Amino acid sequence: MKAANLTRRPWFVARLLGAPGAVAGAVVIVVILGLAVLAPYLAPYDWNANSQCRRLAPMTAEHWFGCDLFGRDIFSRVIYGARFSLAMGLSTVAISLLFGSLLGIVIAYAGGWVDRIGARVIDAMLCFPSIILAILIVAVLGVGLLNAALAVGISGIPRFARITRAAALPLVARDFVEAARAVGAGHGRIVLRHLLPNLAPILIVIATLDLGGAVLFTATLSFLGLGAQPPTPEWGAMLNAGREYVRYAPWTMIFPGLALFLTVMAVNLVGDRLSLILDPRQRDRS
Amino acid sequence: MSIRAILGRLISVIPTLLITWTFVFGAMRLVPGDPVLLMLQGTPISDEAMEAARAKLGVDRPIVVQYVSFLANAARGDFGDSFRSRQPVTQLIAAEFPFTLQLALGGFVVGLLLGATLGIVAGVWPNGWIDTVCMTTALAGLSLPSFWIGMLLIQVFATGLGWVPVLGTGFDALILPSISLGLFLAGGLARLTRNAIIEVMGQDYIRTARAKGLTAWRVVGKHAMRNAVIPPLTLLGIQFALLIGGAVVTETVFARPGIGRLLVLAVLEKDFPVVQGVVVLTTTAYVLINVVIDIAYGIIDPRVQG
Repeated sequence: MKAANLTRRPWFVARLLGAPGAVAGAVVIVVILGLAVLAPYLAPYDWNANSQCRRLAPMTAEHWFGCDLFGRDIFSRVIYGARFSLAMGLSTVAISLLFGSLLGIVIAYAGGWVDRIGARVIDAMLCFPSIILAILIVAVLGVGLLNAALAVGISGIPRFARITRAAALPLVARDFVEAARAVGAGHGRIVLRHLLPNLAPILIVIATLDLGGAVLFTATLSFLGLGAQPPTPEWGAMLNAGREYVRYAPWTMIFPGLALFLTVMAVNLVGDRLSLILDPRQRDRS
Repeated sequence: MSIRAILGRLISVIPTLLITWTFVFGAMRLVPGDPVLLMLQGTPISDEAMEAARAKLGVDRPIVVQYVSFLANAARGDFGDSFRSRQPVTQLIAAEFPFTLQLALGGFVVGLLLGATLGIVAGVWPNGWIDTVCMTTALAGLSLPSFWIGMLLIQVFATGLGWVPVLGTGFDALILPSISLGLFLAGGLARLTRNAIIEVMGQDYIRTARAKGLTAWRVVGKHAMRNAVIPPLTLLGIQFALLIGGAVVTETVFARPGIGRLLVLAVLEKDFPVVQGVVVLTTTAYVLINVVIDIAYGIIDPRVQG
């Protein structure tokens, strides 16, 4: 496919960074990744050590983002939080992408009644508002960070499956699939070696567009108390913990929220640009 | 849209609901632990009472019987009693629903006003700095954690300036939650509206209107707008899903009553009948709303054929 070749051209990166927004986004992502990896070296205090400072103490030269209810340094906790945000976002998107795309390709390739029933089930599953579906899955699996990530990942499967199926249907009818079958390729080989590579550009686009939402979504579950539990320095959980004291110590919620917003915005800026380059038809997103 | 097409569309609701309800039923059976023990939540009772409770919940019957009776009860809107309050789930939901509806309407109005304005401005002057500013703002709306913006709003306008009450269920207490929820919606709507406007502005009748010498405002206001609002409005159904999802978060932040708050508390308290009831009812409402919208468009716009 034409779009696939674009990724191999040297000007791909130049085009990706051709918009100021995407550059800013890329810079923020690099910073967040740096914070995540180098957290033990960058954080001035232990993220889980109580009484580093007075409870709910405001911002000072020693404690840039102030202190939380247990006298923990918020700046250090926000730095450690970077580890959760992108890791959770990437792993949830990986789950949705892996299972969703395979499901989509397989039912499109199988065709006939498998495709008809499969498409019907996917459409029905899309009738669950995604946050409601994720909460239902958390209710079954139990509260916790990994379960929340799993729930967000699973709730994305129907979305990925539908897009992949729609993109795979016209491919299945193409000559190269027939040719592969004629030379004796098995079903697994056709799906993985012939169909999947052709769908790669669109899969990359939807995965990138989904990443920002996935980061936000996982943090939202933590905020609701269904994901990361205290004392985990996850941004959503930090906001939840600070909820009761916002009035006396607004810094307990301003900085974790700002970090979350900047991360999601950065990922969305880059994702938007990427989708514009890889597939102009994907420009709008509901 | 013919009567036949309308009927066909209505009948297609049945398999969809069957699949979603089956999924909820299956998910609830996967919950580890004895449902009776979950219901009792630690209170010790005699073996006979256990058996009685088991019979009352119906969990002593074969799974197929349980499944059929679940479907029959769901169709009647009966989801059993809450493990916590012992009240019928349907009654609990009915009591909370008006608050969520108010919030959803408020959020929708804010989202529509803000999203449509941004989208129209960007779409009328595309690809320039105005477009960039509007679309970056829209992207920021999509990236803002709504619980964070909600807390900031409370901090500034309720606690700080004292313009609106922090808590309550009156109209003035609805303003901040509506803004918080609306921002969440506005980003997506702005993007949709922009693209719809750009598409419409390229049509022949717009060129004709321009050639007639109509002012820019008249061209946009009378000719472009009418046609451009249709694509974003067809996505009203999706907006409903976003509103319900957003309400879960907004109600928690603002400590407002509502079905979103009911759902989150039920999950935390392992009150499974309530979880089941809220999930089934919101999903069913979503399916039905979408069918109604579909049919309405089929009647309004004869080009749409289901």
